[in-house]
Amino acid sequence: MSQHQTPPKDLPEAPSTALTPAGITRRGFLKGAGITAAGTALIEGVQVFQREAVAAAPQNVKEFGPEPFPVTLQINGKAHALQIEPRTTLAEALRIQLNMTGTKVSCDRGVCSSCTVWLDKMPVNSCMTLAIDAVGHHVTTIEGISAADEMHPVQAAFVRHDALQCGFCTPGMVMSCAALLEKNPHPTEADVRYAVSGNLCRCGTYPKVFAATLDAAGQLASKA
Amino acid sequence: MNSFALADCSTVEAALSQLKDGAVVKAGGVDLLDRMKNGTDTPARLVNIRNIAALRGIHPTDQGLTIGALTTLAEVADDPTIRSQYTLLADACGHAATPHIRNMATLGGNLLQQLQCWYYRSADFQCLRKGKDICFAFSGLNQYHAIMDYGGCPSVAPSSGAVALLALDASVELTSAARGKRTVAIKDFYVQPDANPHRFHVMADDELLTAIHIPKLAPGTRSAYQKYGEKESHDWAIADAGILLEMDGNICRRAVVAMGAASPVVRRSHEAEAVLTGKPITPETARAAGKASMTNAMPLSMNGYKVQLFPVAIYRTVLLAAGQMDRDPSAAG
Ligand SMILES: Cc1cc2nc3c(=O)[nH]c(=O)nc-3n(C[C@H](O)[C@H](O)[C@H](O)COP(=O)(O)OP(=O)(O)OC[C@H]3O[C@@H](n4cnc5c(N)ncnc54)[C@H](O)[C@@H]3O)c2cc1C
Ligand code: SF4
Ligand code: FES
Ligand code: FES
Repeated sequence: MSQHQTPPKDLPEAPSTALTPAGITRRGFLKGAGITAAGTALIEGVQVFQREAVAAAPQNVKEFGPEPFPVTLQINGKAHALQIEPRTTLAEALRIQLNMTGTKVSCDRGVCSSCTVWLDKMPVNSCMTLAIDAVGHHVTTIEGISAADEMHPVQAAFVRHDALQCGFCTPGMVMSCAALLEKNPHPTEADVRYAVSGNLCRCGTYPKVFAATLDAAGQLASKA
Repeated sequence: MNSFALADCSTVEAALSQLKDGAVVKAGGVDLLDRMKNGTDTPARLVNIRNIAALRGIHPTDQGLTIGALTTLAEVADDPTIRSQYTLLADACGHAATPHIRNMATLGGNLLQQLQCWYYRSADFQCLRKGKDICFAFSGLNQYHAIMDYGGCPSVAPSSGAVALLALDASVELTSAARGKRTVAIKDFYVQPDANPHRFHVMADDELLTAIHIPKLAPGTRSAYQKYGEKESHDWAIADAGILLEMDGNICRRAVVAMGAASPVVRRSHEAEAVLTGKPITPETARAAGKASMTNAMPLSMNGYKVQLFPVAIYRTVLLAAGQMDRDPSAAG
């Protein structure tokens, strides 16, 4: 956790509302309904009708929530229909609603990057991204970077170099390193350090992460 | 997080039409969602401006440079023109927060982010800034708080971008449906806590911050920003320095020394600037400027270390700007 955000030790903890959006209880009922864009428009129409205050919503404004509404998220090349609320984070949608628990949540505040996913190949923190902001983008998670049963070169290099201990930061670390190689196939160690400078590893695996990523870059280069 | 409705807007006009009845703007969401997760902010309705394409981008103009409010910190930091000409802004945006946050955080949101004081960020503490008449930091835990100009609230200015933009004499463009556009200089944008503890800046509730304007620089201008933190990344500055030097050969014609983590509002040290103006930049003048910057320091019970750290930050950053020293490997980011 961030120094500035850790409440002083002798203070009561702030109540945590994270990871328990009310809509989740309804997911069993709504899961698999397969509602897509047309369904969204229909339900939005109903909601606008229900709330007179926004009945005159002008063009170029789309109203959502607060009730759950259906969206389609493109994740790892597949379309997933699900129900979200405006407050549902991308991390919650992935982990709780889609059961894709490879993406980890540690701080839930943007500090540690263990929840790193790609939005159109750009690494972001899924805990600070609303799921609705992922609509229309390609989301890639740790489950999606490997092809079938074959590990991504960065994953394979992490195994060879023993670049993990408890493993909790590892999915985020791999996503950051793999994103770096997408952008810069020939990084220096300084580039790797910079790319993972937001990934907190309390086990201290950094030297092995640097070595593994440089090794993976070499492997990719020799294949290309 | 509380439950809320969200109005997703694709144009500035659409977003302006939604700024009423307590609706709150969301850009990247990094600062706002943090406050909502903490329970200090519970808006019933968000106006999502993240998808307004017209507010994104970096455009050279006759007067200098215009940056759309939704341009991300990463885009600012990577822009070749900003890197070469407005180096301290690229430095500030490239060393704020973490790489992934910089991919999400917008420059407008960076300037408008609220205080990081941990009492302020906790729903359990109602202080001066939340309408009560008490500050918990003076007698409580204040190691990251202000050392000067703090009046009744020693929380520090959190925005790295604002330090750079203050040094660059930049201004923000504010737009409302009722009154159109107005431009406010960064030096006049933020409100001192003693002037009004309930306002951080002069932007009205029905206004959007639409752009940042930076004037052309005088020939011979060199600049740099460095941030010192407790950790390499992950965190706000404990000391920082934004330095701009207008050089005439070896002599510094005009110097700007800007600081963020010293006071509640980004400030310039006129004492440090006076030391550098009209003199050559040398390790001696840079060190004297750092020392002068602490003339008015009044540290709290736990942050005396900042009075040692700021002069070092200013000394090293003056020399970095002048091209006489490399970037400090112990600076954060
Ligand atoms: C781990 C961590 C470390 C950090 N370290 C630093 C650091 O070192 N330096 C630094 O400067 N910052 C730092 N930050 C803060 C980060 O840079 C800001 O939270 C971010 O820039 C906010 O931008 P945003 O677009 O996400 O804003 P949002 O959260 O969307 O908005 C912030 C506020 O501004 C309002 N707003 C936003 N845009 C507009 C607009 N165009 N018009 C009107 N109102 C608007 C919103 O209503 C909200 O109140 C750090 C953050 C994290 C999580
Ligand atoms: S420093 Fe400012 S924000 Fe923090 S408790 Fe005191 S008055 Fe509140
Ligand atoms: S869980 Fe730490 S950044 Fe998202
Ligand atoms: S391996 Fe344990 S946190 Fe990184």
